[in-house]
Amino acid sequence: MRSYFRAPLTSLSGPVQPPPPGVCPLSLAAIMSSIISVANLSKTYGSGFKALKNVNLDIKRGEIFALLGPNGAGKTTLISIICGIANPSEGRVLVGGEDIQTSYRKARSLIGLVPQELHTDAFESVWATVSFSRGLFGKPKNPAHIEKVLKDLSLWDKKDNKIITLSGGMKRRVMIAKALSHEPQILFLDEPTAGVDVELRKGMWEVVRTLQQSGVTIILTTHYIEEAEEMADRIGVINKGEIVLVEDKTTLMHKLGKKRLTLHLQGKIAALPENLHHYELELCDNGATLVYDYDTKGERTGITSLLGDLRTAGIRFNDLDTTQSSLEDIFVDLVRTS
Amino acid sequence: MNHRAIRAIYLFEMARTWRTLLQSIVSPVVSTSLYFVVFGAAIGSRISQVEGVSYGTFIVPGLIMLSVLTQSIANASFGIYFPKFTGTIYEILSAPISYFEIVLGYVGAAATKSIILGLIILATAGLFVPLHIHHPIWMLAFLVLTAVTFSLFGFIIGIWADGFEKLQMIPMLVVTPLTFLGGSFYSIDMLPPTWRTVALLNPVVYLISGFRWSFYEIVDVSVAVSIGMTIAFLVICLVVIWWIFRTGYRLKN
Repeated sequence: MRSYFRAPLTSLSGPVQPPPPGVCPLSLAAIMSSIISVANLSKTYGSGFKALKNVNLDIKRGEIFALLGPNGAGKTTLISIICGIANPSEGRVLVGGEDIQTSYRKARSLIGLVPQELHTDAFESVWATVSFSRGLFGKPKNPAHIEKVLKDLSLWDKKDNKIITLSGGMKRRVMIAKALSHEPQILFLDEPTAGVDVELRKGMWEVVRTLQQSGVTIILTTHYIEEAEEMADRIGVINKGEIVLVEDKTTLMHKLGKKRLTLHLQGKIAALPENLHHYELELCDNGATLVYDYDTKGERTGITSLLGDLRTAGIRFNDLDTTQSSLEDIFVDLVRTS
Repeated sequence: MNHRAIRAIYLFEMARTWRTLLQSIVSPVVSTSLYFVVFGAAIGSRISQVEGVSYGTFIVPGLIMLSVLTQSIANASFGIYFPKFTGTIYEILSAPISYFEIVLGYVGAAATKSIILGLIILATAGLFVPLHIHHPIWMLAFLVLTAVTFSLFGFIIGIWADGFEKLQMIPMLVVTPLTFLGGSFYSIDMLPPTWRTVALLNPVVYLISGFRWSFYEIVDVSVAVSIGMTIAFLVICLVVIWWIFRTGYRLKN
């Protein structure tokens, strides 16, 4: 999956039109470094439900950006607006420097979308439906490219099969092939591995990584935290229509990550001695294990004094280990507090 | 203009026709042949002539119009409704394609199918009755104009429908009765004066009258009025479609 996207990245910076009245202009620096710039974006449905509330977001060129959020947080609405499927109520979106409303042709031609649901033309062949997608985006026929996409996605031997005869995982790959048919420079993957088995999921991750290496910017929404942890360069968390945070994944895990010290005791204890009550300790496994959560950001972790107090109390341990809190823990914390 | 996208939609829709050949082409031809047998041979044998033309020959333009109207609506409404139903409409909406180009692709394909069908029925009719077309260019013009106009109307129905029942409702309950009552099988001059006045409220009367004029120079209403009414309906459909895309009605949230 190399050299899909030969257009130089500099060509993405098209002319920037003035924003519509009432919309804040985007900073030039943001536009130049971002392939997608979302400014003051809001979406209110006819029912009055506010799906997005003043969202501001910049996606950097060439990154894998994971958008996390619980059901109904606004992930799909945000993607739908950027891709032209839904109309924004307020705000402005630039894709490759092009306004998605006033310069929609240029903006949309940069984007490939793999929606959450498996929407396919059941009675079409794989080859026909992927070729159709390429034509729809105004690209001339290029059987060699279609062949390469299908081969890279392990669909080549199914090219003449009707889509209705394919398995769920294959249909998902057909959706990706359709999105890649016109050689996009931005790929939206809305829950790409939902309902996909572990092996295929890892295969998809490999595909995504290779795409990124060829210069494609990837925006991924997912429920699987380990997917974001595994894939993403940056993480955005959206909840109740608001962006709660956007952070580099490593920084995020470093800043918000907690560590856990687990002590495996030599003998079981019934209760914590009094001199240990001021620690946030948890006695587990019927008194065989002591668990201590500590904050890596803090000036003092309290580990040294804890170990000293344990010795004073006559509690000995056979083994100890520490674990870093996962992105899932961080995400759950964020959503709970936002 | 994204002509490749128009071509892609057009060819995709036409491919559906060839894939469903029995339903798209053969079925209407069989139905029309049955009309000839029932109305032309069985009933027509008891009616001498209508305005100097044998009854079997007289009903040919009406029968063609009946099929063109219903098939234009069916093709175009199904063409746009099906992507909505399956969800593949996302791809159309997210493609770098204008509303005009979307309509051109879908309506162009639906109208093409109807025109092909109309010509096949015309050829089929030639097997049953002698035919002479006085104004072939006008005949083609009426055929194309009607096919395009009612394909646009079908496109509107396809967008409006949120279920298969609604998709069938307007063609079954409105268009087919209007076509039957629009002079497909008779001249409205044969009606009592009161019913003749009522019939003039039926827009299909004008289509069939104009189309029949191009064959036999027989008219129920003047040709200019027929053309005017058809174009007026075309403009109304275009305005409604423009509004649909401007507002995103039933397409975009």
